[in-house]
Parts: sequence; structure tokens; C-alpha cells
Amino acid sequence: MAREKNGLLMEFDLFIQYGPMLLTGLKNTVLCWITGAAGGMTLGFFIAAVMHYGPRSIRYVLRAYIEVIRGTPFLIQLFILYYGGPYVGIRLDPVPAGILGLVVYGSPYYAEIFRAGLQAVPHGMVEAGRAMALPEFTILRRIVLPILMVSSVPPLTNFSIILTKETAILSIVTVPELLYQVQTMSAETFAYVEAILALALFYWGLVELISLVGRKFEQKTNAFLLRESSS
Amino acid sequence: MFSWSAIFENLPYLLEATRFTLIVSVFGMVLGLLFGMIVCAWRLSSSRFLRNFSALYVSFFRGVPLLVQLLLAYYFLPFIGINLPALPTAIGTIGLCAAAYIAEILRGALMAVPRGQEEAAVAIGMTPATIWRRILIPQALKISMPSLFNELILLVKVSSLVSVVGIVELTRMSQSLAAATFRPLEIYLAAAAIYLVINLALAALGQWLEKRMAY
Repeated sequence: MAREKNGLLMEFDLFIQYGPMLLTGLKNTVLCWITGAAGGMTLGFFIAAVMHYGPRSIRYVLRAYIEVIRGTPFLIQLFILYYGGPYVGIRLDPVPAGILGLVVYGSPYYAEIFRAGLQAVPHGMVEAGRAMALPEFTILRRIVLPILMVSSVPPLTNFSIILTKETAILSIVTVPELLYQVQTMSAETFAYVEAILALALFYWGLVELISLVGRKFEQKTNAFLLRESSS
Repeated sequence: MFSWSAIFENLPYLLEATRFTLIVSVFGMVLGLLFGMIVCAWRLSSSRFLRNFSALYVSFFRGVPLLVQLLLAYYFLPFIGINLPALPTAIGTIGLCAAAYIAEILRGALMAVPRGQEEAAVAIGMTPATIWRRILIPQALKISMPSLFNELILLVKVSSLVSVVGIVELTRMSQSLAAATFRPLEIYLAAAAIYLVINLALAALGQWLEKRMAY
């Protein structure tokens, strides 16, 4: 394909021509991000709960898990999972491997957020619940969880945004997400600069959009806090 | 079968390549601190243009994946006629990106320095430059010490991404060795262990410094 003088117009043609491929990439990016974040949050919540309520011995094991995952690069974790996995019988396609990688990578960060949130629940409220003879489960559901959720929203949003950017790393283990598709397109058309520039701007917009949604959500939960405390 | 010998035989190569991991992250951190101070000063400057520009700068570098930033530097710089070798390009990109985070860290720390100190410094006739050099910057650095060490640990981890653009640091070396030895599991686990040791050492150093600086 001949490069023409009008780079912009040419780029526009490219994006139309490669539209379906880019959409697939976008779909995979969003899929990996949403499932990865949801899975990481769930796993992180369980880790935090066990660390908060569980026996001391398990606490040390989980602390070690958190430190190891937080102390090693996500890329190396992916390599261990995707290239090392088959040697211990774990064979995964790129997309599931990528999602599992995000879940494992994100879980310690989410766990720490929930742990801090659990510690921030005023103990007097739990005691008051016990004094009123509420069942432990009800105390958890009606007192601890609502307070925890409200105080954890900002850091949870924050880390989920960081996870959006980590999805780009999945392209290295051949997950066909946005960056991978754009690189494939560039290799075929040699339009590296325009494509990568457009991709950077796209990610920038995506991250700003998610931040905006997070802030709106925060305002909502804050309003909830105020209503709760004034009643 | 897990092979320990695969790890021991290749450890020298891995450690050799670790040098570049450290070079990229340490130099990236130094650049990040320098640029970060400048961007932070812009964020707090009286000129509206500089304030807006630095806000945009922070938003861009925090909103785009570092991997995309690295690729952008690789393709875009030659496109506009700037031809740099791979290592400086990678370190420069990481430095620019770290600057966005460090600027925000420093901004928060500066706000934590008690206002009265600046007023006292003005009252005894210090010039603005001296106030920055002797009062504000040292204290901001002290307050932000934990966050800055966090950032350094983060940089050690993201330095693995420069493997993508062909710099033979720890991750790139482990990729080559994994391909050559057909022992990906052992080699990558060894690489992970090296990263972990570096980061645990950095975390310990950070805590020790914090204790020493506390008074």
C-alpha cells in the first residue's frame, strides 16, 4: 500500500478497513479488564476476610502471597502462567490465561484495600450490634459491609483504573486485545506512528472516562454516607 | 520434573542482565524526580498556562499504558527526526512517565508542610529560592519518602516492559534462556525470585531510612 501525503486521510481509511479487527480488540480489552477486575476483587475480598477473621497461621501464608505477587512484575507472572503452566499441566488459551493473570495480579492489591476498609469499621458499631443480640451474619451484612463498601470505593476505582492499563501487557502473551490488534495492523500497513498515536489517545480517553464514572459513583456513595449519619 | 540445575546453570546470565534492570529503574527514578519537581512546580505556579499544561501532562502519562508510551517513543521520535539509541529512549520514557506520578506525590507532600514554616522563613527574610531549597523541598522529600520508595519499587517492576523494545534486561534475558533451554517454568521463576529480592531489599531500605529520618 502506497503511503500518501495526506496521512490523516489515509489513517481514516485504515481504521475503516481494519474496523472489525479493532472492535474485536476492544471487546477483548474490555472483557479481560471487567472479568479480571471482578475476579481480582472477589479473590481479594476473601483474602482480606480470612486475614481479618481467620487464624494467625493462615495470615502469614497470605501475607507471603501478597508480598510475592506485589514484588514481581506482571509480565513475569504471565510468562510463568502461560509458558511455564503447561509443564505442570496447566494449559490455557491466551484469553483465559490473560484473565487469570489479571485476577492473580490484582488480588493482593484489592485484598489490601479491603483489609484497610475492614480495619476502619468502628469497633463500637459491631459491639453495639452484638449488644442488641443481632446474629453475627446480620452484623456483617447490615453494619460491616455497608461501611466497608463506602470507604473502599475510591481506592477500588483507583486500582481498577491501573488494571485497565495492565491489559495492554497481555498483548505480549498474544491475547488479541487492542494493542495486539493495532500492532498486527501496523505490521501489515506500516502505519506505525499514526496507529500507536491513535491508540495512546484512545487509552487516555478510556482511562479519563472510567475516572469520571468513578468520581460520580464516589459522590453517590458520599451522599449515602451523609444521609446515613444525619438520620 | 523441576530442574534445579537449569536455574543454577543460567543464574550468572540472569544476574548479568539484572544490571540493566537496575540501570533502567534507577536512572528512570532520577529523571522522574528531576522532571517531577519541575512538573510539580508548574502545577503550583501562578501562570494559568503552566498549571493547565502540567495538569494535562500528568493526565496523559497516567492515562496511557506505559507499554504504549514506550512503543510511541520508538516509532514517533524517529518519525519526527529524532534518532536515539534504545536504552536512552526507554529510560527517558520511563522517566517522563514516573515524573507524572512523582509530581503528584510531591504536590501532596508540599501541602503537608505546615504553612507557618514558610511564613516564618519569609519573616526572617529568606528569598523564595532559599525557602524552596532549605525549607520546602527537604521536608517534602522527607514526608513523601514512603511513596517515593513505592514508586521506585514500581519502576523496578515496569522496567520489565523495556524487554519489548529489545533491551536485554532481566525479563528479555529470561525469555531467551527459556527458549534456549526449554525450561520456561524454572527460568521465569528464577527471574521472579530476583525481582522479589530486589524489591524486598528496597522496601527494607525505605523502612530503615524512614526510621532514621524520623525525629
